[in-house]
Amino acid sequence: MTSAVQQAPSAAADARDAWPLMRGETDDATLTDHLLAPLWQGSRTWWLLFALSALGTLLLLATVTYTVARGIGTWGNNIPVAWAFAITNFVWWIGIGHAGTFISAFLLLLNQRWRGSINRVAEAMTIFALVNAALFPVLHLGRPWFFYWLIPYPATMNVWPNFKSALPWDVAAVTTYFTVSLLFWYLGLVPDLASARDRAPTRRARLAYGVFAMGWRGSGFQWQRYRIAYVLLAALATPLVISVHSVVSLDFSIAQLPGWHSTIFPPYFVVGAIYSGLAMVLVLLLPLRRAFRLYDIVTEAHLDAIAKLMLAMGLMLTYSYVIETFMAWYSVDAAERYTYLFARPFGPYAIAYWIMTILNVASPQLFWSKRLRTNTAVLFLASAGILAGMWMERFIIIVTSLNRDFLTSSWHIYIPTWVDWSILAGSLGLFGFLFLLFVRFVPTVAVSEVKALHHELARRQPSLRDA
Amino acid sequence: MREPTWSAGTYMAEFRSADELNGAVRALTTKGYTRLETYSPVPIDAGIQRGYSKLPLAVFIAGLLGGIVSYAIQWYANAYAYPLDIGGRPAHAVPAFIIPTFEGTVLSAALAAFIGFFLVTRLPQPWHPVFELDGFERTTVDRYWLAVDPADPRGTPDLTARELLALSPLRIVRLEAEA
Repeated sequence: MTSAVQQAPSAAADARDAWPLMRGETDDATLTDHLLAPLWQGSRTWWLLFALSALGTLLLLATVTYTVARGIGTWGNNIPVAWAFAITNFVWWIGIGHAGTFISAFLLLLNQRWRGSINRVAEAMTIFALVNAALFPVLHLGRPWFFYWLIPYPATMNVWPNFKSALPWDVAAVTTYFTVSLLFWYLGLVPDLASARDRAPTRRARLAYGVFAMGWRGSGFQWQRYRIAYVLLAALATPLVISVHSVVSLDFSIAQLPGWHSTIFPPYFVVGAIYSGLAMVLVLLLPLRRAFRLYDIVTEAHLDAIAKLMLAMGLMLTYSYVIETFMAWYSVDAAERYTYLFARPFGPYAIAYWIMTILNVASPQLFWSKRLRTNTAVLFLASAGILAGMWMERFIIIVTSLNRDFLTSSWHIYIPTWVDWSILAGSLGLFGFLFLLFVRFVPTVAVSEVKALHHELARRQPSLRDA
Repeated sequence: MREPTWSAGTYMAEFRSADELNGAVRALTTKGYTRLETYSPVPIDAGIQRGYSKLPLAVFIAGLLGGIVSYAIQWYANAYAYPLDIGGRPAHAVPAFIIPTFEGTVLSAALAAFIGFFLVTRLPQPWHPVFELDGFERTTVDRYWLAVDPADPRGTPDLTARELLALSPLRIVRLEAEA
């Protein structure tokens, strides 16, 4: 008993020190130059990926133009499946966008220091995911050139948007989330843009970064007010992590369709959103870590923490699946029971349902193992699987609830057209395009935060060499 | 206190580390200097008194106003100017209006925090006397500066320079530029 008590603190200390948040003996100048290096030199791989994603973006442009010119009859959705790929993609992208704010705002308020090395990537990912997400409901309007009718402004027609509908809620939620994410991202960037300005090798780069750095000079007054503003924005962004996907889920749950009309939807959607967002963070972070040799900045401690969060989210999502199905059975409602217990697992889209279940429920179970949590190949594959699984989940929720209407005479099998597939592929291209531009022109790691962390760690243990 | 390092005659001392800078600030503060400013690549806590920021209050008020305005717009649009009777649902639908009201609150507050930060720090400011210093660009990388305002009641040109030298900085410079 006594020995156990004595051992406990040292064991805890060992676990804490097992993976340091940062590694290597380095000085501030070397660290700054290392983190800013991608801004000054391109690589062949970057150009290759950039060309590929530019092709994807062109595909998106072409198919969106075609859709706008010909109308959404070019898509596979039709009554009763009025929502299909467009809304699936919308919900999927916006869900991915959640991890950025979760990591940068939520974890800042919880004082999780490991967020500092990865928050910039996560925030950029959020913004680019939201750009993609916003595209789909606008296209789905059918006449996207009238999208501004959703904004309450005194029009000559004297017609106002109906705020009892979920569509204006989405507009409010998505525009707010996008704006706040962008402001938060930019405010976090200001000191790093000043570093880039002061390290720029050419006059042109110096001018460009100088304009965006706004004349930041790192005075004590600026730093103090900066931290106040940053924490304020984090505190404001934190409820958005919860609210945005809750609002998106209301699009479904205020409808009276079996499979949609459920009070579990808001938390269920939020958990799924953070889950897929963390998966996307890993999919982007692992190659980046390799390409820019960030092994000392993004250590096993970070991968381990993200994997643990994904495991937690995966378990909560599994719980939601179980409860959702249980409630359908418990409701003794014929339509509910039919949708959950028959149409989804054994209906025409059963394959997608089982792919979803296996990918979302089984793949996070790998992360019970400490070794697999830091194995980059496993992490990458599991994350890609989870992303695919989460896309399937949204597809299942939307299409299986719609395609078997209350009247069997109006049952309809939804089949996506080549335009649907091309727009999905194109939106992935646009996401990659924006992310690659970000990687090349914006400091991808929060330099000042990492330096501050480095100082703090160095103070706590005089030598960082032991790692 | 706002940044006091504007006028000509400001003494600036360069240090190698945050600890040295913190030590220097502490040494000068105990001597009675009050108009000091630091420049650093990372936020440091040198213990300079700065007074309360009005930013949180401004953000709170902006959020409150944003919420009220968002609700008022919805009430005006749906209950007053253009009421739609859909299935007998009330035109003034409080639960439905909560969501855009919440979003309007957060959006206004966030905009206030962002714009407010740039207002109180007087950014963007493309030029500042300290930018004329050779090597000041390392302040965003790995150098730490201490500035003593010439208006400091404790300092005089001779004394300030001597007392700064005693802290063994890398160098001391005197700002000549007029703002």
